[in-house]
Parts: sequence; C-alpha cells; structure tokens
Amino acid sequence: MTTHTDTPNHDSANGSSARKGASGWMVFAFFAVGFIVSVLSGWFAFPDLLYSEKQQPIDFNHALHLDMVSEGCESCHYFREDGSYAGVPELSSCVDCHTSVQGADPAEETFVAEYVDNNKEVPWLIYSKQPNCVFFSHAAHVKGAGMDCETCHGDIGTSESLKTYQENRITGYSRDIWGHNIARIGNDGMKMNDCAACHLEKTGTKGACFQCHK
Amino acid sequence: MKIDRRCFLTLGAGLAVGTTLTPVPWKLMDDVSIWTQNWSWTPVPEKGAESFKNSVCALCPGGCGITAKLVKDRVIKIEGREDYPVNKGSICPLGLSGAQYLYGPSRIKSPMKRVGERGSGRFEPIGWDEALGAVSTKLAELRTKGKPHSVACISDSDRGTVPYLVDRFLLAYGSANFIRTPSFLDTHELALYLTQGRQGAIGFDLENANFILSFGCGLLDGPGASGRNFQLVSHLDRHHQLVQVEPRLSDTAAKATKWLAARPGTEGALALGIAHVIVRNRMYNIDFMENFSFGFEDWTDEAGTPHMGFKTLVQDYTPSKVAGITGLPPEEIERLARAFARAKRPVAISGLGRGPVAGNIDETLAVHALNALVGNINQPGGMMVIPEPDFMNWSEMQIDQTASMGRQQSRIDEAGTEKFPNTRYLIHRIPEIINNTKGESPIQALLITDANPLYTVENTAATLKAFQKIPFIVSFSTFMDESARYADIILPNHHFLERYQDVPMPEGSAQRIIGLCQPVIEPLYDTRHIGDSILAIAQSFDGSISTAFPWKDYETFLKETFSENWETLSENGYWADPRTPAPWQEAFQSPSGKYEFYPTARNNRSGADTDALPGYRQVPISGDEKTFPLVMLPYNSIRLVSGAIANSPFMMKTVDADVLRDGISFVQINPATAKTFNLKEGDFAVLQTPRGEANVRINLYDGIMPGLVAMPRGLGHTAYNEFIADKGANVNALLDTVLDPSSGLNTGWGIRASLRKV
Repeated sequence: MTTHTDTPNHDSANGSSARKGASGWMVFAFFAVGFIVSVLSGWFAFPDLLYSEKQQPIDFNHALHLDMVSEGCESCHYFREDGSYAGVPELSSCVDCHTSVQGADPAEETFVAEYVDNNKEVPWLIYSKQPNCVFFSHAAHVKGAGMDCETCHGDIGTSESLKTYQENRITGYSRDIWGHNIARIGNDGMKMNDCAACHLEKTGTKGACFQCHK
Repeated sequence: MKIDRRCFLTLGAGLAVGTTLTPVPWKLMDDVSIWTQNWSWTPVPEKGAESFKNSVCALCPGGCGITAKLVKDRVIKIEGREDYPVNKGSICPLGLSGAQYLYGPSRIKSPMKRVGERGSGRFEPIGWDEALGAVSTKLAELRTKGKPHSVACISDSDRGTVPYLVDRFLLAYGSANFIRTPSFLDTHELALYLTQGRQGAIGFDLENANFILSFGCGLLDGPGASGRNFQLVSHLDRHHQLVQVEPRLSDTAAKATKWLAARPGTEGALALGIAHVIVRNRMYNIDFMENFSFGFEDWTDEAGTPHMGFKTLVQDYTPSKVAGITGLPPEEIERLARAFARAKRPVAISGLGRGPVAGNIDETLAVHALNALVGNINQPGGMMVIPEPDFMNWSEMQIDQTASMGRQQSRIDEAGTEKFPNTRYLIHRIPEIINNTKGESPIQALLITDANPLYTVENTAATLKAFQKIPFIVSFSTFMDESARYADIILPNHHFLERYQDVPMPEGSAQRIIGLCQPVIEPLYDTRHIGDSILAIAQSFDGSISTAFPWKDYETFLKETFSENWETLSENGYWADPRTPAPWQEAFQSPSGKYEFYPTARNNRSGADTDALPGYRQVPISGDEKTFPLVMLPYNSIRLVSGAIANSPFMMKTVDADVLRDGISFVQINPATAKTFNLKEGDFAVLQTPRGEANVRINLYDGIMPGLVAMPRGLGHTAYNEFIADKGANVNALLDTVLDPSSGLNTGWGIRASLRKV
C-alpha cells in the first residue's frame, strides 16, 4: 500500500467535498446568470440604449392640414417639373398661410416666431433618410409603380402629431430604417433587404446593384 | 458556498453565449459598418430643386458657353453648353473648375485697404464709399497737379464694354495709358493691319480645314476654346491632317499627324522655306496673286525707287538653306510645302497657345503670307478676319483742357510713337522705363483690371521693383492674386458667375459671335461690378468726365450698347454677327487696296526692303553661351493655367508627379543633355538664367531637343490660396524680354540657362 505524502489535502477516497473550489452548481449558476442577463439586456435594454429620443423642432399636425388641402399628400410633398421629388416642404410652402399665427396651438406660435419671422428653414428630422450612396427615385415608385405613400411611410397623413425621432446613437439614422423591431421581425424597415424583398415580390427580381447605387 | 475564479469565467461565458443569441452583435456590426462610412467632412450637395442656367465662361479669352447646374442657389457643376457655337458642349479643366473659384478661399469679400507693407497681404476691409472715395481723391489730386497722363491701366483685354468703359474714362480723364497685356493678338493684329489694313482679330476656321500647318500652336495645350481644339485634334485622319512644328513633343505634337522638330525661334525661316517651294513650283493661288496682292513681284514706288517683292525675298530661302537654320532635312521641307499647297483647304497657324508672349512679327507675317499664297483668306477652312462689331454706338464725348493736354503726352510704354509706330501696347517696356527714370515714377497711379502683371510679366524682379516705385496701385481683382496682394486699394469685381458682361471675339475662333456672361447666382460677398465702380469713380468728378458717363449703372450701359440686339443676346446667351467674311474684292483696306506681301505701312527706319519684308532674322536671346550653355523654353500644358488666373485645386490634382512634386517644378531635358551635365532622373538641381534662379528637379524626356531645358508655365504662384501658392517656380521670373526692333514687341521664346546639380 502506498501513501501520498506530498498532497496531504487530497483525500482520494472521499471525492470532492473537501476540495477548495466552487461547486459545479455554483459555476453553472454563474453561467446561467450571465446568460440570462445578456439575453434579456440584449433583447430589451439594448434597443432602448441604442436609440436616443429626439423631438421634431415643431410638432406638426398632419391631420389638421390634410383636411385643408385638395391633393392629399402631394399638396405639400410633390414632384417638381423635372421629375425630382421635393420631399419635406420648405418654408415657402408654409408661409402662404402662416405669415401670422392662424390658430391657438403654442407649437404654431413657436413656428411663426422662430422660423417664419426669421426666414429660417425648420431643421426637420427625416425618418426615411437614406445614406448618400443610395439613389432612390420617387418617380419610379409613385408614378411608375403606382405605389401609395403609406406603403413605405406609414399612415402619417392622419396623425395629429409627429412621432418621436429615434436616432441610432452610432449611425445617426432613424430607427425606422432598421425597423422598429430589433430582430427585424415584421419587415417594417427601409434597409436594402427590405427594398429587395419588395422588388422580388413585385418585379420577380431583387434588382441590380447599379439601379440604386449609381 | 464557494465562489472562485471559475465562476467569473463562466459568468463571462454565459454573457458571451447569451449575447450571441441576441441581436446585439449583429446590430452592432451593422451599425459600426455604417458608422465607418459616415464621412462628415466630404462635401455633398444639399438636396433641393435643381436648375440650369446658361452663361459664358470668362476665365480665359476662349469664351466658351457654359451651363451651370445649381441646387437651390448653389452652383454645383459647370458643363459646356451643348448649343453654343464656339465650344459645342465641350469644356476644359479650367472652365470646369469655375465653381471652385466662385466659392474658394481666394475670393476677396469686400473692398480692401492695405494696412501692412506692400505684398505682406495685410488688408483691412472697408466700405465701398470709403474705397471708391480713396481712388477718386487720388485721381482728382493727380489731375489738379496737371498729371492725368501719369495714370495707367493694365488689362488683359481691350475688347468689350468693360475695357471700353475704362478706356473711355482714361480718355475723359486725360491719359492715353491703357495697356493690354501681351498675347499672340499683338502680332496677329499688327500683321492684319500691315497686310490688310484692317483692325480686328484673326480667327482660324480649323473645323473646315483639311491640312493644318501649326507653327508651335499648342492646340491641345491650352488656348482658346480648348474643348473645340480637342474635338478637332481627336478627329485627325488621312483627310484631316495636322503638322506640328515645335522643338518639343508637346501633347499637341504627340497627337498630330506629323511632328517636325525645328530649332526654337526658327519657325519664321521654315515658313519662308515653304513659301520658297510654293513660289518656285508656282503652286500658289494664281487668281489671288494676280488680282488681289501687292508686293509679291518687285515693284517701283511713286518716287521711282525700285523695291524688292516677296517673291524675290523667298528665292534666298532654299530648302537647304532653311534646313541649315531649322535643323530639318531639306526633303522634309519640300514635302511639307507640296503637301500644304496641294491640300484642298490648307491653313497655316501661329501664335495660339504659346503663353502670354506677343511673338515674332516677321514670323507672323511669313505665316500670314503662306495663307495668302494658298488663297485661303476669308475662305472656309482658312484664316478669317474677324472685324469689330459695327453696331456698338457709344455716345460722343467732350473732353476738357486737362484731358486734352494729358492725351497729347506720349504713352508711357512708347507704343504708337515714332519709335514703335505700328504697335499698340508694350507692357514689357514699362518696368525698364520706370526703373531707369530718376526721381518720380512716370506712373503715379496704376489701375489693374482683369490682369496679374506681377505674375505674368517677364523678369518678375524688375517688374516688382518698378511697382515699388508706383505710389498708388488699385486692383479690381476678384481673387487675391499676386498683383491684388500688392495693391493699396482693392475694389473687388463680382465673379463671372455673378455678373453680366459681353464676351466678344472668342480667341482664335472663326465664329463671329459675342457671348453674354450672365449671373447665375446673387453675389456672395460685398463685391461690385467693375463697370459700376468705374462709373462711380467717373461720376465723382465734375464737368466733362461725369458728363461722359450718363449711365445709371453698368447694366443700363450694357443694354444700351447692344440696343436692339440685346434681346437676342440675352435670350440666346450670344449674338451672331450676320456679316459674312468679306470677299477679296472688299476685304483689303491697305494703301494698295490689296493684300500686301510687302507691308508698306510697316515702320521701316532703315528703309531697306529686307526690313520691311518678313525676312528671317535670328532673335538673340539673353545670356552668353559660356555661362549659360543651355536654352530654356517655357511650355504650356492644358493642366496648368499660365495667365492671370491660377490653377484651381481640381486642376492641381491633374498635374503629374513628374511635373510638380512636393512643391518643386520639374524641368525636362533630353537624356543626352543629362549625360553631359551629369544629371539623372529626379535629381535636384538649380536652373539659372541671366534673370534669376530656381530650385528644380530633373525629368528626362526624349521628346525634347538636346541642349534645351523645358519648364512648365503656370507654377510658382505666391498668392491665391494654399492649393497653388508656393508650388514650383514661376518661369516668368527666369525669363527676359527680347524686343523685335521694328515693332518693339516681345519676341522672346526663351532664354539661355544653366543647370547644376545640388
């Protein structure tokens, strides 16, 4: 019979109960904690942290104005003569009526005082803004494909205030581009894959690179 | 319960594994990759309404029509205008950069008054009233002292309403000193006057010619409507040939059908040699020679004195003699002469694109003679006389006693005097004259409109010294160029994209049109149209001067000048002269009523026929052969602007690394020359001429004759902006003028030089 004289603490007969390490369960527990914390924060805390909330400079009421115009969205978001799209209207579209305050809303008062009176353009935050590498033709989609505005932009026309602009802190783009869902479930984004998916469905192909990246 | 290191490790592992099951890594990767592409420093045009506005580029005398593309009110691109006759949609790199000049850092943003030492660049912005007042006061002072003739104006152009207003002011004020900076126009105008008795410009109908014999014209190296020249040279074939005569393989020579490397300065001899062959073989246009020319045959004048004719003159210029002068083989000269004379529509051209040099009047006369010999004057494909427009009627004016006395004083540059009777402008004489005058400078006040003499006039050191002696200098420049930087008062003109101006007689073009430079945006800064400034100064005087300027503002004057043609001019952006080229019966207004091969109006002090006729005389260039064994030749490139305006930042990007590198100009020498002087490619050297020296680097080039050193024009600016300033050396600082004794014009095509390695 041999005795281990150099490891006095090791009791080969008893197992691990006298060992100085943590138990396997404890180790596993820490793993589990780490796992759960990361999963939960990844899915819930991360999206909130990633985006900063910004308000539009003026809380514009689309519904109110839509009632007053005759051509729907196109009354202010129109095509120019050369076919380019005017996008968000400039101050010149507003001043016809708003040289003075028309209603009782304090938002309008701010608008007239700070912007109209100083002939300063309102720095609107554009939800659908794409990077400079993207060439998007409204004419091709609205006139060519007969799409309506709501399909891509949602039902903004009936809203009474402008939704918060959630800005990605890293890229500077709106949350609307990735899509509201962090896992892009629901396909309400405006990334290339979203365009490609619709193209595939409507035209049979995702499209060629140079169509959008000139 | 024991917690140890393993727990924390597994905690980390759990975090890691869990994270991969969340969107975090994938979203972050996507976001970071987008972030790396956010280049906020890259300028991108704003989105907005686009518009296109027509105008005419005024950056060079070429006069190309342009279309400016704007987004909202910002010019984002300049393109050649498709439907403009001069350039037909093409444009050169300089014109393309027009917007860079508009928004760039060289702009002078308001009137300026010098507060530091001259040339220090220290200015204080002042108001227009103060600035104009300062100029009016000084000019009034000089007038009261009885010295109105001590006021001079330097301008790159003497055509059009703006130079006219300046000249009119000088007339009413009492000075004859309107000085136009040199260009090939000097010799061509003189040749036109001497041979045809007409005032006007020379145009070459290159588009309709089928054989272009170019005596050193850098068609692809910069002049006129460069785009038009490019289109031309791009379509050469067996039926449309270009023969380029020059000592260096320029871009033009490289694209030409044939390149003949004649020794520099001998082009006139070659022209006479070609004339010799044409005359000997009777290959000239018989109708033209018999009925419309004078002085071809020997002739006798009214006093009974016999005179030599052109025919006799060229007898001497046999191909073998000319071969000895030019270095070209005699068979080549024969062949060239026969090809030229036999071509259906041959044209000989000279001058264009040699930079701001007047050139050799004898050479020009000889080249004109070649065109006369083949009978292409005012014919399709030939040399066209472009007369001044005939409808510009400016009101008569009365001048007062002071003005009359002032006008009677001879010009400071002595042009038009007995010494140089046929010449109009001799700017290069001025530095010498001022520097040699003891006491007060003959120019007491200098106005600089649309010119940059401190950069462009040869022998920069002497020019600077002369300017130091001028007590009052006013610049109307839009940009802080070398001359503006040296001025006492700056009255900045609008940029051409911000103003109206007529652009008459596009350089070298056979098109008889006047273009209209139109504003495409509102002026960005507190600048004022030079026409308005001149009107304001004129109207500040009492009496005859202000009476001579009744117009409310420049625009009114411009519209009145064009009267019923204004509508066409402003709608089309140009006005085409309905007069067609004069037929030979009506074309010549010389004393004989014909084309004068023997120019009887030529200043001929010696009385010798050989001095009146355009014989070849070797023009001695400065420097002795021993000290300066090489000959330096300036050269032009389409990538380097050589005149008053400096290269744009865009254009700087197109300059090769063997032309300019790390702020040093390269000079081109033949490998044989390099060997003689123990120089290798890329070596640092000092190029020295009798006028100065420059640090350069060596570029070995087979396309240049041994014994020559070619140096690019357009570098060595010391003002403007950081993109061009202090890069390379100014070739004008190393050059000298070489005066043709009869005309006084600068024939200097080069100077002797030495190269030593450092």
